[in-house]
Amino acid sequence: MIDLVTFIPRAIGQGIPLLYGCTGEILTEKSGNLNLGIPGVMYVGAISGVIGSFLYENSVGAGNPLNGFLAIMIPMVCSLIGSLIMGLIYCFLTVTLRANQNVTGLAMTTFGVGFGNFFGGSLIKLSGADVPSVALTRTSNFFSVSLPFAKNLGWFGKIFLSYGFLAYLGIVVALIAGYMLKHTRVGLHLRAVGEGPSTADAAGISVSKYKYVATCIGCMIAGLGGLYYVMDYACGVWSNDAFGDRGWLAIALVIFTIWSPNIAIFASILFGGLYIVYLYIPSGIDHMELKELYKMIPYVVTLVVLVITSMRDKKENQPPASLGLSYFREER
Amino acid sequence: MSKKDAAVELRNITKTFGSVVANENVNLEIYKGEILALLGENGSGKTTLMNMLSGIYFPDSGEISIDGEPVVIKNPRDAFRLGIGMVHQHFKLIDVLTATENIILGLDGKLNIKEATAKIREICDKYGFEVDPNQKIYDMSVSQKQTVEIVKVLFRGAEILILDEPTAVLTPQETEKLFKVLRAMRDDGKAIVIITHKMHEVESLSDRVAVLRHGEYIGDMETKETNAQEMTNMMVGHAVTLNIERPEPVDPKPRIVVKNLTVKNEEGIVKLDDVSFTANSGEILGIAGISGCGQKELLEAIAGLQKAETGSIEYIRSDGSVESLIGKDPLEIADMGVTLSFVPEDRLGMGLVGNMDLADNMMLRSFRRGKSMFTDRKAPAKLAKSVVEELDVVTPNISTPVRRLSGGNVQKILVGREISSSPKVLLTAYAVRGLDINSSYTIYDLINRQKKKGVAVVFVGEDLDVLLQISDRILVLCGGKVSGIVDGRTADKNQVGLMMTKVGGEKNE
Repeated sequence: MIDLVTFIPRAIGQGIPLLYGCTGEILTEKSGNLNLGIPGVMYVGAISGVIGSFLYENSVGAGNPLNGFLAIMIPMVCSLIGSLIMGLIYCFLTVTLRANQNVTGLAMTTFGVGFGNFFGGSLIKLSGADVPSVALTRTSNFFSVSLPFAKNLGWFGKIFLSYGFLAYLGIVVALIAGYMLKHTRVGLHLRAVGEGPSTADAAGISVSKYKYVATCIGCMIAGLGGLYYVMDYACGVWSNDAFGDRGWLAIALVIFTIWSPNIAIFASILFGGLYIVYLYIPSGIDHMELKELYKMIPYVVTLVVLVITSMRDKKENQPPASLGLSYFREER
Repeated sequence: MSKKDAAVELRNITKTFGSVVANENVNLEIYKGEILALLGENGSGKTTLMNMLSGIYFPDSGEISIDGEPVVIKNPRDAFRLGIGMVHQHFKLIDVLTATENIILGLDGKLNIKEATAKIREICDKYGFEVDPNQKIYDMSVSQKQTVEIVKVLFRGAEILILDEPTAVLTPQETEKLFKVLRAMRDDGKAIVIITHKMHEVESLSDRVAVLRHGEYIGDMETKETNAQEMTNMMVGHAVTLNIERPEPVDPKPRIVVKNLTVKNEEGIVKLDDVSFTANSGEILGIAGISGCGQKELLEAIAGLQKAETGSIEYIRSDGSVESLIGKDPLEIADMGVTLSFVPEDRLGMGLVGNMDLADNMMLRSFRRGKSMFTDRKAPAKLAKSVVEELDVVTPNISTPVRRLSGGNVQKILVGREISSSPKVLLTAYAVRGLDINSSYTIYDLINRQKKKGVAVVFVGEDLDVLLQISDRILVLCGGKVSGIVDGRTADKNQVGLMMTKVGGEKNE
């Protein structure tokens, strides 16, 4: 059977990038923007962090020790700026110019993945490594530092305390987002903007401002998911296309969690587990190709949830009413 | 008359949308402690003008003063600060939020639902509203939603209240209740502006009327010193006759025979129960009933859009042959050579496509015609042009998306398209809902012309006065049952009203 003490930490490790992406996309969608560019944003978030840390490691030199604060802050700030720019581009196109959100989002994903692979490839060339990847192990060591006493606590430490700080930050961000949406005036206004922009506008809420801010913050959160993936989960190794389709999974998660960041915490870990469960089926059985079927599980689960929520038809569980539509006040 | 304080003064306000001039050099005063009725045909710029007061639109030029002070209203927030509140025709409410959440939307400060709820209860008690602050909007009836809108405006301390066609969706009882509240608010010293098309409401409620025509201010007068005829003439710009003609039916023959029709809706609720009637050619059959009593289902069943549980619907051709319409979809009905036109209640949902232009909407009826794989665009464009000309549709050109037009113009296009196919049967549901008085009479006239051509018209209406004037016979529905069929020429309003609320009405014969 599956060994839970090793399985759960791996599921959480897989789940955290999804959680960042999902929280970011929930905030974005609550403002009525359907940002399908999230996979691209996560790529950009990751590669921006990688570029920052690559330059910092090189400037310090191979022999000298890194400054812990700078080793963490430089990639973080680079990652946030990178994904913020992606968010601003998306908002400028869809909110200011009122371009079609789906087309813009898909273009952003294509662009983001290409951007990541281009600069990733360049860095690989620059580092002159034999393998097609950049290893930033020294920076990664700072990101994956876990609590010092975690090792002494047996299974409890392994399951709950063995992660780098970005994992905990992801959960905190999701909790804050959940509280903000439900219990604050900003959250109420944000939901109103996504449900009925003309209503929100008539109530004196600046629709463009909320859309911009929510989408940009959403992108920055999603970008951190990319950073976590490279720096912590992948131990600082960037190789092109390694991030895979996690961005799409994060968007699927938004539907699965019925737009609730609190549910996203558990759902992302569940999806993380489903994402890697194929590694844990007994090996040596006759039909190893069945493994591929296991990889489908997260998507099948999302479809099932979609069917169930549509059938139950509870208004609160539906997507924001004006999701995917741009708003223009003087349009009649 | 005592000296009046102007709460709002509008000076030379002009607003254009692209090439369409919505308002031109409008001058208007709104006084405290007075109810002003703003009149005008559809598309005459009433709503646009009021939207500029409430900060939704910004005037291209002109000046607004509140209490004598010139002000600039850039957004709705500015309007609230100046004490201006507007109840829009299409409610500005978020369905998934509660009444309280909707009311406090857009305000500043810490979110305190409890405190807000208490204040809302206080306002409700003061004016006699019945609202549950914790109820979700999607659970509410139309009149409850409207109450929430009014409470929202009062919650913000509005002194100037604007209502855009508030009674369009209310029952007579709800309307009376609303008017009581409005009078109480007027006596409280608030300035109230009401936009409406219903002349008897203007006469019973307002103190003063102001008239707009084609975006220009025509004039104002005391309500006491005028009458419906004069107001209508001012709105239209020339004398109009406010009589609906009722020509004698020519050679009526049964055209549609409905027998024992029973229809259930999606939730399995019986909407039509054992309905039988005959619609004759060259005759208008009026359908009366409280809204939601099965009118929609009845028309849709005939048009082939609604599945029937039991019963039969037969179409009788001019030569006497009989076709059954039951279980057929609209395409099959058309293929049988039965020309049936349907003007549905939901104009932009079922009737027209809002994002498509006039010509393309005309094509929705004709795109299957023709032999080649390409559609014929010339004929629909020609039809669109002729509809625009004949029915006086206000539109920049025929390539304007339909949703940009005002409600009355949208309706004219829909009716125009439907009758252009020279139907044998014309089904109309609330053909004049939301239309100004002049457009309404144009539509009545169009329907009468069809009748004279020998078309069997089924006319679902909400205004009993109109039904009694236009129909040859009136079928009264009550809770999905036929309450009775009366002669339009001899029927009396009270009798029909009673039949609407009770099957068979009062037995006094």
